[in-house]
Amino acid sequence: MKHDDDTSLDRRQALKCAAWAGSGLVWTLNGGVPASSLVGSAEAAATGLSFVQISDSHIGFNKPANPNPNATLTEAIGKIGQLPNKPAFMIHAGDITHLSKPGEFDDADQLIGAARLDVHYVPGEHDVIDENNGAAYLARYGKLSQGKGWYSFDHGGAHFIGLVNVYNLKAGGMGNLGAEQLAWLAGDLKPRSASTPIVVFAHLPLWTIAAEWGWGTQDSAEALKLLARFGSVTVLNGHIHQIAQKVEGNMTFHTARSTAFPQPAPGSAPAPGPQLVPADQLRALLGLSSVRLAHGKQPLAIVDSTLAG
Amino acid sequence: MKKLVLFAAACAFALAPRLSLAAGEITVGIDNFAFTPAEITVKAGTKVVFVNHDDIPHNVVAQAIKLHSRALDTDDSFSFVFDKPGEVVYFCGLHPMMKGKITVTP
Repeated sequence: MKHDDDTSLDRRQALKCAAWAGSGLVWTLNGGVPASSLVGSAEAAATGLSFVQISDSHIGFNKPANPNPNATLTEAIGKIGQLPNKPAFMIHAGDITHLSKPGEFDDADQLIGAARLDVHYVPGEHDVIDENNGAAYLARYGKLSQGKGWYSFDHGGAHFIGLVNVYNLKAGGMGNLGAEQLAWLAGDLKPRSASTPIVVFAHLPLWTIAAEWGWGTQDSAEALKLLARFGSVTVLNGHIHQIAQKVEGNMTFHTARSTAFPQPAPGSAPAPGPQLVPADQLRALLGLSSVRLAHGKQPLAIVDSTLAG
Repeated sequence: MKKLVLFAAACAFALAPRLSLAAGEITVGIDNFAFTPAEITVKAGTKVVFVNHDDIPHNVVAQAIKLHSRALDTDDSFSFVFDKPGEVVYFCGLHPMMKGKITVTP
Protein backbone atom coordinates (compact mmCIF):
# COMPACT_ATOMS: atom_id res chain seq x y z
CA MET A 1 0.00 0.00 0.00
CA LYS A 2 1.20 3.50 -0.84
CA HIS A 3 1.46 6.02 1.91
CA ASP A 4 1.10 9.70 1.45
CA ASP A 5 3.85 11.00 3.70
CA ASP A 6 2.29 14.39 4.22
CA THR A 7 -1.00 12.90 5.25
CA SER A 8 0.63 10.49 7.61
CA LEU A 9 2.66 13.27 9.19
CA ASP A 10 -0.47 15.36 9.66
CA ARG A 11 -2.18 12.38 11.10
CA ARG A 12 0.65 11.74 13.50
CA GLN A 13 0.71 15.34 14.62
CA ALA A 14 -3.03 15.41 15.00
CA LEU A 15 -2.95 12.27 17.08
CA LYS A 16 -0.20 13.63 19.26
CA CYS A 17 -2.51 16.56 19.92
CA ALA A 18 -5.34 14.15 20.58
CA ALA A 19 -3.21 12.32 23.10
CA TRP A 20 -2.27 15.54 24.77
CA ALA A 21 -5.82 16.84 24.76
CA GLY A 22 -7.06 13.56 26.13
CA SER A 23 -4.66 13.60 29.03
CA GLY A 24 -5.27 17.32 29.53
CA LEU A 25 -8.92 16.52 29.96
CA VAL A 26 -8.20 14.22 32.82
CA TRP A 27 -8.16 17.03 35.27
CA THR A 28 -9.92 19.89 33.60
CA LEU A 29 -12.87 19.01 31.44
CA ASN A 30 -15.71 16.66 31.29
CA GLY A 31 -15.16 14.94 27.94
CA GLY A 32 -17.15 15.23 24.78
CA VAL A 33 -17.06 17.57 21.84
CA PRO A 34 -14.39 20.12 22.91
CA ALA A 35 -11.53 17.66 22.46
CA SER A 36 -12.84 16.65 19.06
CA SER A 37 -12.65 20.24 17.95
CA LEU A 38 -9.12 20.44 19.39
CA VAL A 39 -7.99 17.77 16.97
CA GLY A 40 -9.58 19.56 14.05
CA SER A 41 -12.55 17.35 13.47
CA ALA A 42 -15.37 19.60 14.53
CA GLU A 43 -17.41 18.60 11.50
CA ALA A 44 -16.90 14.99 12.33
CA ALA A 45 -18.19 15.68 15.79
CA ALA A 46 -21.48 16.68 14.26
CA THR A 47 -21.75 14.01 11.60
CA GLY A 48 -19.36 11.16 12.34
CA LEU A 49 -20.02 7.89 14.11
CA SER A 50 -19.29 7.88 17.78
CA PHE A 51 -19.14 5.05 20.26
CA VAL A 52 -18.09 4.79 23.85
CA GLN A 53 -15.66 2.47 25.61
CA ILE A 54 -15.69 1.45 29.24
CA SER A 55 -13.48 -1.11 30.89
CA ASP A 56 -12.53 -2.93 34.05
CA SER A 57 -15.75 -2.48 36.01
CA HIS A 58 -14.68 -5.32 38.39
CA ILE A 59 -18.17 -5.84 39.78
CA GLY A 60 -17.73 -7.85 42.98
CA PHE A 61 -14.55 -6.06 44.10
CA ASN A 62 -15.01 -4.79 47.65
CA LYS A 63 -11.57 -3.78 48.90
CA PRO A 64 -10.49 -0.33 50.18
CA ALA A 65 -9.34 0.86 46.71
CA ASN A 66 -13.08 1.08 45.92
CA PRO A 67 -15.58 -0.63 48.22
CA ASN A 68 -18.43 0.17 45.83
CA PRO A 69 -17.59 -0.37 42.15
CA ASN A 70 -21.33 -0.64 41.40
CA ALA A 71 -21.69 3.04 42.27
CA THR A 72 -18.80 4.18 40.10
CA LEU A 73 -20.01 2.05 37.18
CA THR A 74 -23.43 3.65 37.58
CA GLU A 75 -21.79 7.08 37.47
CA ALA A 76 -19.92 6.15 34.29
CA ILE A 77 -23.16 4.97 32.68
CA GLY A 78 -24.74 8.25 33.80
CA LYS A 79 -21.97 10.21 32.05
CA ILE A 80 -22.61 8.24 28.88
CA GLY A 81 -26.27 9.19 29.06
CA GLN A 82 -25.26 12.85 29.20
CA LEU A 83 -23.03 12.78 26.10
CA PRO A 84 -24.29 15.43 23.67
CA ASN A 85 -24.41 12.99 20.76
CA LYS A 86 -25.82 9.61 21.54
CA PRO A 87 -23.12 6.97 20.94
CA ALA A 88 -23.95 4.27 18.41
CA PHE A 89 -22.94 1.52 20.85
CA MET A 90 -20.68 0.68 23.75
CA ILE A 91 -17.55 -1.44 23.94
CA HIS A 92 -16.64 -3.07 27.26
CA ALA A 93 -12.98 -4.06 27.16
CA GLY A 94 -13.21 -6.75 29.82
CA ASP A 95 -12.96 -7.43 33.54
CA ILE A 96 -16.68 -6.88 33.71
CA THR A 97 -16.63 -8.82 36.97
CA HIS A 98 -14.01 -9.43 39.61
CA LEU A 99 -14.50 -13.18 40.13
CA SER A 100 -16.74 -14.40 37.25
CA LYS A 101 -19.61 -15.08 39.66
CA PRO A 102 -23.14 -15.25 38.21
CA GLY A 103 -24.35 -12.55 40.62
CA GLU A 104 -21.53 -10.25 39.52
CA PHE A 105 -22.43 -10.74 35.85
CA ASP A 106 -26.11 -10.13 36.74
CA ASP A 107 -25.29 -6.87 38.54
CA ALA A 108 -23.04 -5.71 35.69
CA ASP A 109 -25.72 -6.46 33.10
CA GLN A 110 -28.28 -4.53 35.06
CA LEU A 111 -26.06 -1.47 35.63
CA ILE A 112 -24.66 -1.37 32.09
CA GLY A 113 -28.11 -2.06 30.62
CA ALA A 114 -29.27 1.29 32.00
CA ALA A 115 -27.32 2.94 29.14
CA ARG A 116 -29.79 1.38 26.68
CA LEU A 117 -27.01 0.82 24.15
CA ASP A 118 -25.83 -2.27 22.33
CA VAL A 119 -22.74 -3.47 24.17
CA HIS A 120 -19.89 -5.38 22.57
CA TYR A 121 -17.84 -7.26 25.14
CA VAL A 122 -14.51 -9.00 25.26
CA PRO A 123 -13.48 -10.95 28.35
CA GLY A 124 -10.79 -9.96 30.82
CA GLU A 125 -8.92 -12.55 32.85
CA HIS A 126 -11.30 -11.87 35.74
CA ASP A 127 -14.27 -12.91 33.57
CA VAL A 128 -13.00 -16.42 32.84
CA ILE A 129 -12.12 -17.71 36.32
CA ASP A 130 -15.34 -19.59 36.93
CA GLU A 131 -14.99 -23.32 37.55
CA ASN A 132 -15.51 -24.06 33.88
CA ASN A 133 -12.76 -21.76 32.63
CA GLY A 134 -14.86 -19.09 30.93
CA ALA A 135 -18.05 -21.03 30.18
CA ALA A 136 -20.12 -18.51 32.17
CA TYR A 137 -18.83 -15.59 30.10
CA LEU A 138 -19.31 -17.38 26.79
CA ALA A 139 -22.85 -18.48 27.65
CA ARG A 140 -23.79 -14.89 28.42
CA TYR A 141 -21.89 -12.82 25.86
CA GLY A 142 -20.34 -15.18 23.36
CA LYS A 143 -23.33 -16.61 21.52
CA LEU A 144 -22.37 -15.04 18.20
CA SER A 145 -18.63 -15.33 18.66
CA GLN A 146 -15.96 -17.73 17.47
CA GLY A 147 -13.63 -19.89 19.56
CA LYS A 148 -13.19 -18.41 23.01
CA GLY A 149 -15.26 -15.33 22.23
CA TRP A 150 -13.70 -13.41 19.35
CA TYR A 151 -15.85 -11.80 16.65
CA SER A 152 -16.12 -8.90 14.25
CA PHE A 153 -18.84 -6.59 12.99
CA ASP A 154 -19.26 -3.60 10.73
CA HIS A 155 -20.68 -0.26 11.67
CA GLY A 156 -20.71 3.07 9.87
CA GLY A 157 -18.20 1.94 7.27
CA ALA A 158 -15.67 0.77 9.87
CA HIS A 159 -14.80 -2.81 10.74
CA PHE A 160 -14.69 -3.69 14.44
CA ILE A 161 -12.85 -6.72 15.79
CA GLY A 162 -13.11 -8.03 19.35
CA LEU A 163 -10.15 -10.23 20.27
CA VAL A 164 -9.61 -12.48 23.28
CA ASN A 165 -6.13 -12.60 24.81
CA VAL A 166 -6.72 -13.90 28.33
CA TYR A 167 -6.59 -17.68 27.75
CA ASN A 168 -3.75 -20.18 27.88
CA LEU A 169 -1.24 -17.73 29.27
CA LYS A 170 2.27 -19.17 29.41
CA ALA A 171 4.63 -19.07 32.41
CA GLY A 172 6.64 -15.87 32.39
CA GLY A 173 4.67 -14.51 29.44
CA MET A 174 1.95 -11.92 28.82
CA GLY A 175 -1.41 -12.12 27.02
CA ASN A 176 -2.01 -14.74 24.37
CA LEU A 177 -4.08 -14.72 21.17
CA GLY A 178 -3.12 -18.18 19.93
CA ALA A 179 -2.83 -19.73 16.48
CA GLU A 180 -6.55 -20.47 16.06
CA GLN A 181 -7.57 -16.87 16.67
CA LEU A 182 -4.77 -15.46 14.50
CA ALA A 183 -5.87 -17.72 11.63
CA TRP A 184 -9.44 -16.50 12.07
CA LEU A 185 -8.22 -12.87 12.09
CA ALA A 186 -6.28 -13.38 8.86
CA GLY A 187 -9.41 -14.75 7.20
CA ASP A 188 -11.59 -11.99 8.61
CA LEU A 189 -9.31 -9.25 7.28
CA LYS A 190 -8.54 -10.80 3.92
CA PRO A 191 -11.53 -9.58 1.89
CA ARG A 192 -11.40 -6.02 3.27
CA SER A 193 -9.92 -3.11 1.40
CA ALA A 194 -6.98 -1.26 2.94
CA SER A 195 -9.09 1.89 3.18
CA THR A 196 -11.54 0.31 5.64
CA PRO A 197 -11.03 1.90 9.08
CA ILE A 198 -10.31 -0.89 11.54
CA VAL A 199 -11.01 -0.77 15.26
CA VAL A 200 -9.60 -3.66 17.30
CA PHE A 201 -10.46 -4.11 20.95
CA ALA A 202 -9.15 -6.63 23.47
CA HIS A 203 -8.64 -6.69 27.21
CA LEU A 204 -4.87 -6.98 27.64
CA PRO A 205 -2.87 -4.35 25.75
CA LEU A 206 -1.87 -5.45 22.24
CA TRP A 207 1.37 -3.50 22.64
CA THR A 208 3.90 -4.01 25.39
CA ILE A 209 3.48 -1.38 28.06
CA ALA A 210 5.22 -3.17 30.95
CA ALA A 211 6.47 -6.70 30.29
CA GLU A 212 7.50 -7.15 33.92
CA TRP A 213 3.84 -6.72 34.90
CA GLY A 214 2.54 -8.78 31.98
CA TRP A 215 1.04 -5.66 30.37
CA GLY A 216 1.20 -6.79 26.78
CA THR A 217 0.36 -9.72 24.51
CA GLN A 218 2.96 -12.32 23.65
CA ASP A 219 1.92 -12.86 20.03
CA SER A 220 0.37 -9.45 19.29
CA ALA A 221 3.04 -8.71 16.66
CA GLU A 222 1.45 -11.38 14.47
CA ALA A 223 -1.93 -9.67 14.70
CA LEU A 224 -0.41 -6.24 14.05
CA LYS A 225 1.34 -7.62 10.97
CA LEU A 226 -2.04 -8.64 9.58
CA LEU A 227 -3.37 -5.13 10.30
CA ALA A 228 -0.37 -3.26 8.88
CA ARG A 229 -1.78 -2.82 5.37
CA PHE A 230 -4.82 -0.87 6.59
CA GLY A 231 -4.75 2.91 6.47
CA SER A 232 -6.40 3.48 9.83
CA VAL A 233 -6.15 1.04 12.72
CA THR A 234 -7.28 1.92 16.22
CA VAL A 235 -6.48 -0.50 19.03
CA LEU A 236 -8.48 -0.13 22.24
CA ASN A 237 -7.52 -2.01 25.39
CA GLY A 238 -8.20 -2.09 29.12
CA HIS A 239 -6.53 -4.01 31.96
CA ILE A 240 -4.05 -1.40 33.14
CA HIS A 241 -6.66 0.95 34.69
CA GLN A 242 -5.03 4.10 33.31
CA ILE A 243 -4.61 5.86 30.01
CA ALA A 244 -1.64 5.00 27.83
CA GLN A 245 -1.45 6.06 24.19
CA LYS A 246 0.91 5.45 21.34
CA VAL A 247 0.85 6.20 17.63
CA GLU A 248 2.89 4.01 15.33
CA GLY A 249 2.48 4.55 11.60
CA ASN A 250 -1.21 4.15 10.85
CA MET A 251 -1.94 2.52 14.18
CA THR A 252 -3.22 4.27 17.26
CA PHE A 253 -3.09 2.41 20.56
CA HIS A 254 -5.14 3.49 23.53
CA THR A 255 -5.93 1.98 26.92
CA ALA A 256 -8.95 3.13 28.90
CA ARG A 257 -9.34 3.88 32.57
CA SER A 258 -11.22 1.52 34.83
CA THR A 259 -14.63 2.38 36.22
CA ALA A 260 -13.63 0.67 39.50
CA PHE A 261 -10.15 1.47 40.82
CA PRO A 262 -6.84 2.89 39.58
CA GLN A 263 -3.57 0.98 39.27
CA PRO A 264 -0.07 2.43 39.54
CA ALA A 265 1.96 3.60 36.56
CA PRO A 266 4.65 1.13 35.49
CA GLY A 267 7.82 1.61 37.49
CA SER A 268 6.10 3.62 40.20
CA ALA A 269 5.22 0.69 42.48
CA PRO A 270 6.53 -2.80 43.21
CA ALA A 271 3.38 -4.51 41.90
CA PRO A 272 0.42 -3.64 39.66
CA GLY A 273 -2.42 -4.16 42.15
CA PRO A 274 -5.27 -1.81 43.09
CA GLN A 275 -4.00 1.61 44.08
CA LEU A 276 -5.48 3.11 47.20
CA VAL A 277 -6.04 6.83 46.79
CA PRO A 278 -7.88 9.30 49.03
CA ALA A 279 -11.64 8.91 48.49
CA ASP A 280 -12.01 12.46 47.17
CA GLN A 281 -9.47 11.73 44.42
CA LEU A 282 -10.83 8.37 43.28
CA ARG A 283 -13.29 9.68 40.71
CA ALA A 284 -10.61 11.72 38.96
CA LEU A 285 -8.82 8.44 38.21
CA LEU A 286 -11.83 6.51 36.89
CA GLY A 287 -13.63 7.09 33.66
CA LEU A 288 -14.67 6.28 30.16
CA SER A 289 -13.56 7.00 26.61
CA SER A 290 -15.70 8.21 23.76
CA VAL A 291 -14.45 7.69 20.26
CA ARG A 292 -15.44 9.60 17.13
CA LEU A 293 -14.89 8.03 13.80
CA ALA A 294 -14.57 10.64 11.08
CA HIS A 295 -14.85 9.78 7.44
CA GLY A 296 -12.10 10.62 5.00
CA LYS A 297 -8.60 11.31 6.21
CA GLN A 298 -9.43 12.44 9.71
CA PRO A 299 -8.07 10.23 12.46
CA LEU A 300 -10.29 8.87 15.17
CA ALA A 301 -10.63 11.23 18.07
CA ILE A 302 -10.54 9.54 21.41
CA VAL A 303 -11.75 11.60 24.33
CA ASP A 304 -11.23 10.32 27.84
CA SER A 305 -13.35 11.71 30.59
CA THR A 306 -13.26 11.03 34.30
CA LEU A 307 -16.07 10.58 36.77
CA ALA A 308 -14.98 13.71 38.63
CA GLY A 309 -16.62 17.06 37.99
CA MET B 1 13.04 -57.47 76.13
CA LYS B 2 9.84 -55.83 77.11
CA LYS B 3 11.89 -52.76 77.95
CA LEU B 4 13.51 -52.81 74.53
CA VAL B 5 10.15 -53.01 72.78
CA LEU B 6 8.90 -50.14 74.86
CA PHE B 7 12.04 -48.20 74.03
CA ALA B 8 11.57 -48.89 70.32
CA ALA B 9 7.94 -47.89 70.55
CA ALA B 10 8.91 -44.71 72.36
CA CYS B 11 11.48 -43.97 69.66
CA ALA B 12 8.98 -44.55 66.90
CA PHE B 13 6.54 -42.33 68.71
CA ALA B 14 9.17 -39.63 69.13
CA LEU B 15 10.31 -39.90 65.53
CA ALA B 16 6.93 -40.15 63.91
CA PRO B 17 5.86 -36.55 64.39
CA ARG B 18 9.26 -35.31 63.31
CA LEU B 19 9.09 -37.38 60.11
CA SER B 20 5.59 -36.19 59.40
CA LEU B 21 6.74 -32.65 60.11
CA ALA B 22 9.58 -33.04 57.61
CA ALA B 23 7.04 -34.18 55.01
CA GLY B 24 4.32 -32.09 56.62
CA GLU B 25 2.92 -28.77 55.61
CA ILE B 26 4.46 -25.61 54.32
CA THR B 27 2.84 -22.32 53.37
CA VAL B 28 3.64 -20.23 50.30
CA GLY B 29 2.17 -16.76 50.53
CA ILE B 30 1.05 -14.69 47.57
CA ASP B 31 1.96 -11.10 48.29
CA ASN B 32 2.22 -8.15 45.91
CA PHE B 33 1.98 -10.35 42.81
CA ALA B 34 4.74 -12.72 44.00
CA PHE B 35 4.87 -16.23 45.42
CA THR B 36 6.71 -15.95 48.73
CA PRO B 37 9.08 -17.70 49.01
CA ALA B 38 9.31 -18.24 45.27
CA GLU B 39 11.50 -21.34 45.60
CA ILE B 40 11.19 -24.02 48.25
CA THR B 41 12.58 -27.51 48.79
CA VAL B 42 10.26 -30.04 50.43
CA LYS B 43 10.22 -33.74 51.16
CA ALA B 44 7.96 -35.92 49.02
CA GLY B 45 4.52 -36.05 50.57
CA THR B 46 4.58 -32.45 51.79
CA LYS B 47 1.39 -30.51 51.60
CA VAL B 48 2.00 -27.00 50.24
CA VAL B 49 -0.63 -24.43 51.12
CA PHE B 50 -0.85 -21.37 48.87
CA VAL B 51 -2.50 -18.38 50.57
CA ASN B 52 -3.43 -15.25 48.62
CA HIS B 53 -2.91 -12.03 50.58
CA ASP B 54 -3.49 -9.72 47.59
CA ASP B 55 -6.59 -7.68 46.74
CA ILE B 56 -6.59 -9.40 43.35
CA PRO B 57 -7.32 -13.09 42.66
CA HIS B 58 -4.50 -15.42 41.68
CA ASN B 59 -4.21 -19.11 40.92
CA VAL B 60 -1.55 -21.81 40.76
CA VAL B 61 -0.78 -23.62 37.51
CA ALA B 62 1.87 -26.33 37.02
CA GLN B 63 1.37 -27.76 33.57
CA ALA B 64 3.88 -30.64 33.92
CA ILE B 65 1.80 -32.20 36.70
CA LYS B 66 -1.56 -30.98 35.34
CA LEU B 67 -2.15 -28.81 38.39
CA HIS B 68 -4.62 -25.96 37.89
CA SER B 69 -6.06 -24.47 41.05
CA ARG B 70 -9.28 -22.52 41.19
CA ALA B 71 -8.94 -18.74 41.44
CA LEU B 72 -8.08 -17.67 44.97
CA ASP B 73 -9.74 -14.52 46.17
CA THR B 74 -8.21 -12.50 49.03
CA ASP B 75 -7.29 -14.80 51.95
CA ASP B 76 -8.39 -17.93 50.08
CA SER B 77 -6.01 -20.85 50.14
CA PHE B 78 -5.34 -23.89 48.02
CA SER B 79 -3.30 -26.91 49.06
CA PHE B 80 -1.63 -29.67 47.12
CA VAL B 81 0.47 -32.64 48.25
CA PHE B 82 3.68 -32.95 46.25
CA ASP B 83 4.43 -36.67 46.40
CA LYS B 84 6.74 -37.25 43.45
CA PRO B 85 10.41 -36.25 43.74
CA GLY B 86 11.59 -33.74 41.15
CA GLU B 87 11.29 -30.06 40.28
CA VAL B 88 7.89 -28.51 39.77
CA VAL B 89 7.78 -25.07 38.20
CA TYR B 90 4.49 -23.25 38.54
CA PHE B 91 3.01 -19.84 37.79
CA CYS B 92 -0.14 -17.79 38.19
CA GLY B 93 -2.44 -18.45 35.23
CA LEU B 94 -3.87 -14.93 35.53
CA HIS B 95 -0.55 -13.11 35.95
CA PRO B 96 1.99 -15.40 34.33
CA MET B 97 4.94 -13.23 35.30
CA MET B 98 4.42 -14.66 38.80
CA LYS B 99 6.53 -17.80 38.91
CA GLY B 100 7.68 -20.27 41.56
CA LYS B 101 9.54 -23.55 41.90
CA ILE B 102 9.17 -26.45 44.29
CA THR B 103 11.98 -28.98 44.55
CA VAL B 104 10.62 -32.25 45.92
CA THR B 105 13.24 -34.52 47.49
CA PRO B 106 12.70 -38.26 48.14
